[in-house]
Amino acid sequence: MYEFSLSTPTNLADAVAQQQDSGGKYLAGGQTLVPTLKLRLADPGHLISLRRIAELRTVSEADGFLTLGAGLTHHEVARSVLVQHRLPFLARMAGAIGDPAVRNRGTLGGSVANNDPSADYPAALLALGARVVTNRRELPADEFFQGLFATAITEDGDESELVTAIRLPCLRRAAYAKFKHPASGFALIGVAVVQGDEDQVRVAVTGSGFGVARLREFEAALSQRFAAESLASLSLSPDEFASDSATSADYRAALAKAMTADAVRQIIQGFF
Amino acid sequence: MTVIRLTINQKPIDLDPPGNRLLIETLRDELHLTGTHSGCDTSQCGACLVLIDGQSVKSCSVFTGELDGAAITTIEGLAAIDNFGEGDSPLGRIQTAFQQYHGLQCGFCTSGMVISASELLATTPHPTEAEIRHWLEGNICRCTGYQNIIAAIMAAATGSGTGEGGESHV
Repeated sequence: MYEFSLSTPTNLADAVAQQQDSGGKYLAGGQTLVPTLKLRLADPGHLISLRRIAELRTVSEADGFLTLGAGLTHHEVARSVLVQHRLPFLARMAGAIGDPAVRNRGTLGGSVANNDPSADYPAALLALGARVVTNRRELPADEFFQGLFATAITEDGDESELVTAIRLPCLRRAAYAKFKHPASGFALIGVAVVQGDEDQVRVAVTGSGFGVARLREFEAALSQRFAAESLASLSLSPDEFASDSATSADYRAALAKAMTADAVRQIIQGFF
Repeated sequence: MTVIRLTINQKPIDLDPPGNRLLIETLRDELHLTGTHSGCDTSQCGACLVLIDGQSVKSCSVFTGELDGAAITTIEGLAAIDNFGEGDSPLGRIQTAFQQYHGLQCGFCTSGMVISASELLATTPHPTEAEIRHWLEGNICRCTGYQNIIAAIMAAATGSGTGEGGESHV
């Protein structure tokens, strides 16, 4: 690693001030950033650890929305009684990320801000139509996620934007189906399906290789008739999926359809 | 640099780490607590697990400077809190079960396995075999095939890992 200094502010205002003073980088759970630093792919000069900021680790509910602090670990989201009650699929999804030690450290905000093309949270947020709250603004997931590791937040020098919370509509008819890479545990393909008000369905896929995306054709078919059979005559173009050492684009496209059907069945069977 | 105060294996200690000092470097290189092993150094193998405030964490992915006020338990201090070992044995109940059930071969992954198991048993005192296998997803062993590790954790959970009659499945 390059040399850098580290600060551990205990409130959001101090964290933002320290970032602006130093031009450094925010450190959440470190499950991605620390390996990146070890490879000398980043030279931040200064790191601002968000770990001690209590206001980033709250869970609250108002007007049909859950607001989850960006600093909540995957373990905390999985174990939150409020999340288990309002968005049970999200609690289960968080409880299946990585392994126990990763869940004890990795955070919701870190996953969302990093937007790894195989991460689970972006698919769930996009399908739910969640809103991402930063220290400056609030924007819908559709605008926030912009492809491979790319988001709407600015990361320019001393004007770095910080994800502070996620606002999620409490839509209970929602499920996430994931086909894991057997070694890494990352999603080869993960699909979140949410049936919202007036039966409008949103479907989002992670693991395509090109960043989280909605599957609009599936959404239209499932909004017409919510059944796995509605997908039978549809197929996804392999052009929308990547081939790599793990598997082919054709197989990823087929998996995305299978995982969508699986999530639909989970919702119909009441497993949500 | 900032002076921080934490406890390691129940002993208070003041440290003044540079920003990029990892917990595993503090433990092994400064404090000579070499029971915690550095395996992959890429957060995948689980050999470097320690408990921070009771939760298993990969010590190769945490900066020491973030740990002001934290309570760290390494394999060297586990017996003191996992105190169902026999009499004045320096081993806790999980370590004793690993010994009796031959839950290790080369031993490289063992401290991480034992730390991980201790967190599982603290939250789920009587796990099923499936729960143990799922829990150990982040701990890689290249020798044992995991069978005796699982058997040891089952035994530790039921208390049959103490006293006579531990059965080796080798």
